[in-house]
Amino acid sequence: MRHLIDPLDLTQQEITQLLDLADRICADPAAYQEVANHKKLATLFYEPSTRTRLSFEAAMLNLGGHVLGFPSENVSSATKGESVADTIRVVSCYADIVAMRHPKEGAPLRASRYSRIPVINAGDGGHQHPTQTLTDLMTIRRRMGRLDNLTIGLCGDLKFGRTVHSLLKTMARCKNVRFVLISPEELRVPDYIINDVLEANGIPYKETRSLEESMPELDILYMTRVQKERFFNEEDYIRLKNSYVLTREKMAQAKPTMAVLHPLPRVNEIALDVDDDPRAAYFEQVQNGVYVRMALIMTLLGLADPKAPKEEN
Amino acid sequence: MLNIDEIQNGIVIDHIKAGTAVGLMDLLGIAGNRTASVALIQNARSKKTASGRKDIIKVEGDASWLNLDVLAYLDPNISVTIIENGKAVRKEQPKPPKRLVNIVRCKNPRCISSIEEECDQIFELSSNGKYRCIYCEQELQVKPE
Repeated sequence: MRHLIDPLDLTQQEITQLLDLADRICADPAAYQEVANHKKLATLFYEPSTRTRLSFEAAMLNLGGHVLGFPSENVSSATKGESVADTIRVVSCYADIVAMRHPKEGAPLRASRYSRIPVINAGDGGHQHPTQTLTDLMTIRRRMGRLDNLTIGLCGDLKFGRTVHSLLKTMARCKNVRFVLISPEELRVPDYIINDVLEANGIPYKETRSLEESMPELDILYMTRVQKERFFNEEDYIRLKNSYVLTREKMAQAKPTMAVLHPLPRVNEIALDVDDDPRAAYFEQVQNGVYVRMALIMTLLGLADPKAPKEEN
Repeated sequence: MLNIDEIQNGIVIDHIKAGTAVGLMDLLGIAGNRTASVALIQNARSKKTASGRKDIIKVEGDASWLNLDVLAYLDPNISVTIIENGKAVRKEQPKPPKRLVNIVRCKNPRCISSIEEECDQIFELSSNGKYRCIYCEQELQVKPE
């Protein structure tokens, strides 16, 4: 049984296959509307979420499946002190696949060790968010036509930004990719990613404090929000929350083909007047997220693809 | 200077950083053992250490129950000497274990292992020679003092 806990659980070939399937779904969604008939997705969200939860639910409903879950983290059995291990044993009896978001890092991994059904990590603390990464990859590939030969700028909270960590780990496997890491000193990419992912694999990167100076060299700009919920100290959050704001003036310095991504929600780190710029790809990302989650659910459940290309003889 | 041949059969864990042997005994499970004869020597003179001091632990009798590989994680300078019939018969250099299970706790307050009942504390050796929590990937930094 397969789970998706860490983005590196998928090989590059598997990622390509998933993105190809997501593209086929995008081209003809109606062909997939009964693929998951009678299958059930459980959404275990122990942390507030709008996009990811709705995206998973829309994905399963689009496939003809059903969704079950609890309305908020405050009414789950976790508030009664139930362990993740026990919860997943129980949910395994109710559903065919589960998407879990949890504030504690490693909770989906813990769940996968006790689960009888595939577990998808829908975000664990400040650690990983692999389905957002698949969304990002799909958007980058559809925009740029490739996942290699790219200079990728990541800007904002690179310390607690789980989407950043997952994207770095995954894109580091692509050929000729270079990273520009733009953050305040306090929100730098964690050392384990610098050492184990970038340094260990000889991936070129630079760390900088300046978004303005970085703009002209970027093919992709990945903006992130400084997340209030990750700080133990509110003073630190207030001091850092307005570190970077992408404006139309800054966009004027960027390549005409650059794409701006953001995992959303945004607060004020992208000015509203950037939304009309054709390089703004963040709402496109949201739509892609549904298709790629449909592809992931189909893959983990081993469901047949009605539009699968015929094998060449 | 104390001699290692003071015990007849057993092991001597030597060149322990001065002041850390008590914590080490906890990690090795010696502290909780109610049957083994154990000697702890603190702040012995040493020519090999920069401080000129070291700790030594001697365990009399069968010491096969000790997980000595954990020593390589704690301090690569620590040596282990096997004593048989009052003589030092060989020295062993512990190898870093691939996994540390319930030896040390993850210090990351955001890690699931910090709240989950019956959750083993597991660290794995990464490619750069450091141990990381399997759940949150936090690097293990704190050694016993």
